[in-house]
Amino acid sequence: MTEAATSATTANAPEAIPMAIIGHLIAAVLLLAFPLVATDFFTFQIGAYTLIMGTISLSLMLIAGYGGMVTLAQMSVAGLAGYMIAIFGTSAGGTALGWPWFLAIPAAVIIGTLFNVTTGFLAIRTEGIFTIVITLAIATALYYFAQQNYDIFNGHSGFASVAPAHVLWVDWRAPKPFYFLALAVAALSYTGVLYLTRTPFGLAMQAIRDNARRMEAIGFNVPAHRIAAYAVAGLIASVAGVLLVWFDGGISPGSISVDRAIKVLIIAVIGGMRHPAGPFLGAILFVLLQNFAIDFVNPERFNTYIGLAFLIVVLASPDGLLGLLAKLGRSAPAAKSLP
Amino acid sequence: MKLFILTFLNGLTLAALYFLVASGFTLVFGLMRNVNLAHGSLYLLGGYIGYDVGQLTGNWFFGVAAGTLAMAVAGVLLQVLVFRWMEGQELRQTLVTIGISIVAADLMLAVWSGNTYQFSPPDWLIGTTQLPIVLAHKSDGTAVLLPYPTYRLFLLAAGLVIGIGLWLFINKTRIGMMIRAGVDDRGMLDASGINVHVVFAIVFAIGAGLAGFAGVVGGTALSIAPGEDVRYLLASLVVVIVGGLGSVTGAALGALIIGLSEQFGLAYFPTYGIVLTFVIMVAALAFRPQGLMGRARA
Repeated sequence: MTEAATSATTANAPEAIPMAIIGHLIAAVLLLAFPLVATDFFTFQIGAYTLIMGTISLSLMLIAGYGGMVTLAQMSVAGLAGYMIAIFGTSAGGTALGWPWFLAIPAAVIIGTLFNVTTGFLAIRTEGIFTIVITLAIATALYYFAQQNYDIFNGHSGFASVAPAHVLWVDWRAPKPFYFLALAVAALSYTGVLYLTRTPFGLAMQAIRDNARRMEAIGFNVPAHRIAAYAVAGLIASVAGVLLVWFDGGISPGSISVDRAIKVLIIAVIGGMRHPAGPFLGAILFVLLQNFAIDFVNPERFNTYIGLAFLIVVLASPDGLLGLLAKLGRSAPAAKSLP
Repeated sequence: MKLFILTFLNGLTLAALYFLVASGFTLVFGLMRNVNLAHGSLYLLGGYIGYDVGQLTGNWFFGVAAGTLAMAVAGVLLQVLVFRWMEGQELRQTLVTIGISIVAADLMLAVWSGNTYQFSPPDWLIGTTQLPIVLAHKSDGTAVLLPYPTYRLFLLAAGLVIGIGLWLFINKTRIGMMIRAGVDDRGMLDASGINVHVVFAIVFAIGAGLAGFAGVVGGTALSIAPGEDVRYLLASLVVVIVGGLGSVTGAALGALIIGLSEQFGLAYFPTYGIVLTFVIMVAALAFRPQGLMGRARA
């Protein structure tokens, strides 16, 4: 807490722009070409899932990396939006209202965003590690509430058969369309975050992260900036949550368990929180490990390996994969790494 | 009326259990500013070890002692091997405890599988005790007394004894004085010639030992199974948010509020029980962000 407040770092170092553009172009070409060469399994289970988890982690990275507030409630935001899709739209299991997609999706995204704004209101009353404690308590409370409550959340069993509607004669859950949908959401969120960090708001946000008291003295409304960051992150996580419920084909309390909430943090930390690309890098490693650890280690102990990987990153390389890459090449650090 | 009294007693016993878990959590935080998110893992591991030793020796009390001691040692090891090397880096410490809790949960699943374990406490603790609360009178005039599980009364007593013991230890002993001094100003304590690291290790041993003790004692009241670590971690978090991080009295007060509200919620509006707990937490944050007994920090 004190460390984040006192050690001011350069917020936006001037970037080697040509390098960044080349890197983004290569990434864009690879991502667009990926489903053309990959099998359906790779397109859907690996590609789309990586993009969704990366987007949810990106929303955490926005708050933690640029805002200096480590929150664990992002999975709950995504899960709540997913639940709302199941409840407002069509699903099996509980009581679904059967609204058309163009009503259900905005409703779900708005509720998810409002939930994160509320979380923000509570979380910004505390600082540093307390934010983790509060948001973890909120995430766990939502999990137990969803499990206990049968009127709204249909308790333990949740909802099944949640799928996107056929819009424009396309089955959006077929591997390739779904992949491109997830890619569009991820790309929009990524560029949105990148853009946001260069706006006056984004710069003020980073300055608040570095020294909140000074910003307050200059006349900035610190709580408002922080809550705005929660709102943007809530929007991103909610949209990704809608995709996630379609990907899973249903939702139950297990989808918003503490385990999963922490995995979102793990992905962001492993990837690195200096740049919005970090969460996606982390997601690639995480999803590949999850799917292929089975081939070279005991698959049942996946959590041990991912936990150890997380520990090693926290202990040895606080900047995650991005930090490693930066050591190999030279990339401009934008967001501050975790202390 | 009977439901009310039973709910009240259940709330009290649950509060005793929550206090046992949360007091260790808050004690460690108060001195070392370490939010130990692996505290739930210590609870569960203590419970498993206590179960195994209890089964092996056939004596439940050996199980309690083993669970407590094993976790106390684990706590010292954590402090000496891990946290000591990242002092002052609160966020990093917290992230490390998250990593440890993930690995620990998975390894415990590997060793003890997903089964639910039921302890076998000594016979005199099983069964019910007639409480001196008259429910009704029979036609011949004899009073019908309220029966209540003996073990839960034992739990309540254990919570009380430990709470008072902890209070005496912190307020009346020399080490307790050092701990209080360390909470107020760590650097000053160090400067007055006291080996802070020994104090840290002692506090971590007590905090973790309490978690292990609660694991066996609480596991006997309910049961132990994977997922209990998260449950008691959440309970500790909410209790200390309400009571104030770092204060043992706050933990007692918070545990009382949360334990009672949880049981009353469960009894009177079952599917919204957790909401009541949550509302209390939100109210505490809104009106007293530092908790009921916590001190505001600059």
